[in-house]
Amino acid sequence: MSHAADARRGFVTVEIAGQLFGIAIERVREVFAPERITRVPLSGEEIAGVLNLRGRIVTAIDMRVRLGRPRSDPTASRMAIGVEKSQEDFALLVDRPGDVIEMDASAIEPTPATLDKSWQAFIQGVYRMEDRLMLILDVDRAIGADELAEAA
Amino acid sequence: MDDLLRDFLTETAENLDLVESDFVRFETEPRNDKILGNIFRLVHTVKGACGFLGLARLEAVAHAAETLMGRFRSGAIATPEAVTLILSAIDRIKEIMADIERTGLEPSGDDEVLISELDRQAAAAVPPPPPAELTPEQKTEATLGRPLKPGEISLDELERIFQEASGPEPVALAAPAANQNATPEPAKPAAAAAAGEETGKDQPSVANQSIRVGVDTLDRLMTMVSELVLTRNQLTDTVRKTGDETFQLPLQRLTHVTAELQEGVMKARMQPIGAAWRAFPRLVRDLSADLGKKIELVMEGGDAELDRQVLDLIKDPLTHMVRNCADHGLEGSAERVAARKPETGTIRLSAFHQGGYVIVEICDDGRGLNPDKIRKKAVANGLATQAEAERMTDQQVYRFIFAPGFSTADKITNVSGRGVGLDVVRANVELIGGSIDLKSAPGAGTTFIIRIPLTLAIISALTVVAGAAAYAIPQLAVLELVHAGARGEHRIEKVGDARLLRLRDQLLPLVGLKSLLSGDSVEDDFDDNALVVVAQSSDEAFGIVVDEVLHTEEIVVKPMASRLKHIPLFAGTTILGDGSVVLILDPNGLAQSVSETARDARVATTEEHTGKVGENSVVPMLVFRAGSGAPKAAPLALLTRLEMIESSKIEIADGRHVVQYRGSLMPLIRASDDLMLSQSGEQPLLVFSDDGRWVGLIVDEILDIVEERIEIGLGSSSIGTQGTAVIAGKATEILDVGYYLTLAFDDWLSRKDRMQETTPQTRILLVDDSSFFRNMLAPALSAAGYRVTPVDGGAAALALVQEGKTFDIVVSDIEMPEMDGFGLAAALRGEPATAQIPIVALSSLTAPEVIQRAYQSGFSDYVAKFDRPGLVATLNALSSDQRRAA
Repeated sequence: MSHAADARRGFVTVEIAGQLFGIAIERVREVFAPERITRVPLSGEEIAGVLNLRGRIVTAIDMRVRLGRPRSDPTASRMAIGVEKSQEDFALLVDRPGDVIEMDASAIEPTPATLDKSWQAFIQGVYRMEDRLMLILDVDRAIGADELAEAA
Repeated sequence: MDDLLRDFLTETAENLDLVESDFVRFETEPRNDKILGNIFRLVHTVKGACGFLGLARLEAVAHAAETLMGRFRSGAIATPEAVTLILSAIDRIKEIMADIERTGLEPSGDDEVLISELDRQAAAAVPPPPPAELTPEQKTEATLGRPLKPGEISLDELERIFQEASGPEPVALAAPAANQNATPEPAKPAAAAAAGEETGKDQPSVANQSIRVGVDTLDRLMTMVSELVLTRNQLTDTVRKTGDETFQLPLQRLTHVTAELQEGVMKARMQPIGAAWRAFPRLVRDLSADLGKKIELVMEGGDAELDRQVLDLIKDPLTHMVRNCADHGLEGSAERVAARKPETGTIRLSAFHQGGYVIVEICDDGRGLNPDKIRKKAVANGLATQAEAERMTDQQVYRFIFAPGFSTADKITNVSGRGVGLDVVRANVELIGGSIDLKSAPGAGTTFIIRIPLTLAIISALTVVAGAAAYAIPQLAVLELVHAGARGEHRIEKVGDARLLRLRDQLLPLVGLKSLLSGDSVEDDFDDNALVVVAQSSDEAFGIVVDEVLHTEEIVVKPMASRLKHIPLFAGTTILGDGSVVLILDPNGLAQSVSETARDARVATTEEHTGKVGENSVVPMLVFRAGSGAPKAAPLALLTRLEMIESSKIEIADGRHVVQYRGSLMPLIRASDDLMLSQSGEQPLLVFSDDGRWVGLIVDEILDIVEERIEIGLGSSSIGTQGTAVIAGKATEILDVGYYLTLAFDDWLSRKDRMQETTPQTRILLVDDSSFFRNMLAPALSAAGYRVTPVDGGAAALALVQEGKTFDIVVSDIEMPEMDGFGLAAALRGEPATAQIPIVALSSLTAPEVIQRAYQSGFSDYVAKFDRPGLVATLNALSSDQRRAA
């Protein structure tokens, strides 16, 4: 990390399948309750569908599936973190959003090698909170833009 | 005046002003090369544009002036006489332009005196002999008095650019083979004095009437209009659901304003397709030199307009096609001469509107495709088995050249033949919702036909349901909707594993939308009773089995998210009026999943059916507006009268609109789902009558009655419309009157059904090559209680009779290709089954000798084509005669 030692970083915390994740606050456009997601047949497993957010088409990604966890109960209420990548809108579906926290950039530690292999690709680092560990999510990887580039 | 010309005038007026002022400056600073360079670029632009627009007079004057200026550039002294002469040439150019601006045409006139004076001065202005062995840079130095600065162009470079511009005289071009394209004759000396001299100088200039708007601004406007359309749809949807009457009037106004705004912005984004062609003359000239072939390029219909976004996307594919024609299509000179063809090959580009599309044809008169060679190659590439390839028609075989990696060029040239190309062209064309096809005749040439939608942003779409979700199908791809039934006219047949729809004389492969979208291709998701959307992909017609059909509406196409673009079944997404997101199906993607077995089965059981894309018929049409969207039209002959009724007199009975009319209640049907009844004033009605029953069709406004040759596009038949035709330059939906009649008369039809138990329906064989008339008459005759079997020609009719199908009455058109009505009548009289039955001629020809001939050929009655009541009366008389005889 090339951040200066005193640089502060903010994260929106979210819970996905019981684990706390942090999403860099500058990437988050909004947090909203997704309504009426249209399934896209034949799309990837992790694509929950597309939805209309004030006239814009948003691709919703089920983060549980993305992280290799079982799909949540369809009736359970979910929240969406709106992010943008290359002028396209995405919504990361999470179980519940939490607080926004701020910390020194230097407090972020590298991803421990012991972390679940299937998660390594999505995690940029970890932050030790008093009682639990927050994994810092790599938004671009979560969206799957890299896979797309590889496929192309 | 066309827009291209208008643009040219605006631009040239600006340029000329600059030239004039620069030139005057040049006179005082004859050593300032920068000014001279400027002048040359400007005059060159003017001259080039004149050549492109075919303005021969302007071009000749500009060219002569340029030649003289060329002398100054070479170092000759700019004498005041010469400068005056050039300025007077500029004046002449302005006069001619003012005339063009007024009349849209280049005025005739004589510039010979001016031109010869310019030429004389040019000859007199001898540049000082340049020092013998100087490099271009040194030469520049000599004239300039200093070395070239970065970014400056040497005079030699300018000279080269100048020489390459084709002029009115056949100047020595780098490639003499190509100079035949732009050599307009110099204006002929004529006794008449220059007609362009006295021009209306008071006329307002076009330059003041048009402004240039950034493309970004237009795009942003388009986006906003799209949003407005969405919001309008949303509001309409809400009002439809709640039935709140208070919003109806403002909403109706909003609908109209939105429609007009949409049209206006679309129009502002339109550009002539010729804009994409501008580079072609030069391209062909270069190709001609590279390939050593003599090629002439002919361009027609460049003024057909397209949305600029579409235009951008189509430019590269078109360029590729032109290259392809020059390289593969046309033979070398020697081969052409040997084949007794003109030495110069022709590439012809033409464009015209048809339905909601622009059709571009790229045609060469070269060697044509070799079907056997393509067959071999297709087998070698594993695209077809030997047996398949042999069974295919040439036309089917030709389409292999669109397959990836397919090239029949024997040798690879630097122009094309590397096996990348036509498949990419096809993919690009299909990406924007277009399609590509070709025709070829060995030895005579090849024609590529590209269909391009006028616009991408807002399209009309049919919403269907499959499984739990709704999907939109672009209306342009929808041919018709069919309810298949085990005992009905349209049956689903099984050939091996494949299921096919028998639709009249065609067998269409079927895809089940539900199973297709679930990914399990074999799942049995529909039975014999299925709702089928007959759709047209670029290759073929096929049926899409859906659960439910909702409605047609204008939708705003939003591109598919990047993560979902790889799914071929979807073309994009849209937001419906209720705010939900719906996926837009891609007909070409769907067609790809038509199983091979279905395709084979179809090929095996039907002969190549070449459906006509459009038919020409002169029909008087009533054009009107109803709801949003395109204007609509109905054949005038079907109409009984036009009425204006007081809005307050419209009542609602049993959930439908009715009005007191001629002493009874007349049912009213709205001609469009989103039509709102006006609250006050008068409401226009189209009144149809049938067998003593009346029905009123509510419309917003009667626009016009036109009588012209209309072309009905194949693309957009849906519920209540027969297709789209261009009427008075606008895409217009042709109303399916039969559909609306049955809407009003559903109780009446069921009464007919009960009647049927005692009296068997009279079976009518309806023969007409025009699907327009078949579609118009079949429902009308069905509504009158007849069982109608429509066929598209004499041969098909005869085949049915010979198969043993029985009919009580034959109704046939006279003018038909191949077997005409006379031939059919004679043939039917020769068949035992039909020797005695009535045959009614239906024709627009009324000459006594034609009628005479009809009776001689075996027709028993003759009815004018548009006289539907007359036809029904004749049929009623004939069928009651038959019943009495039976």
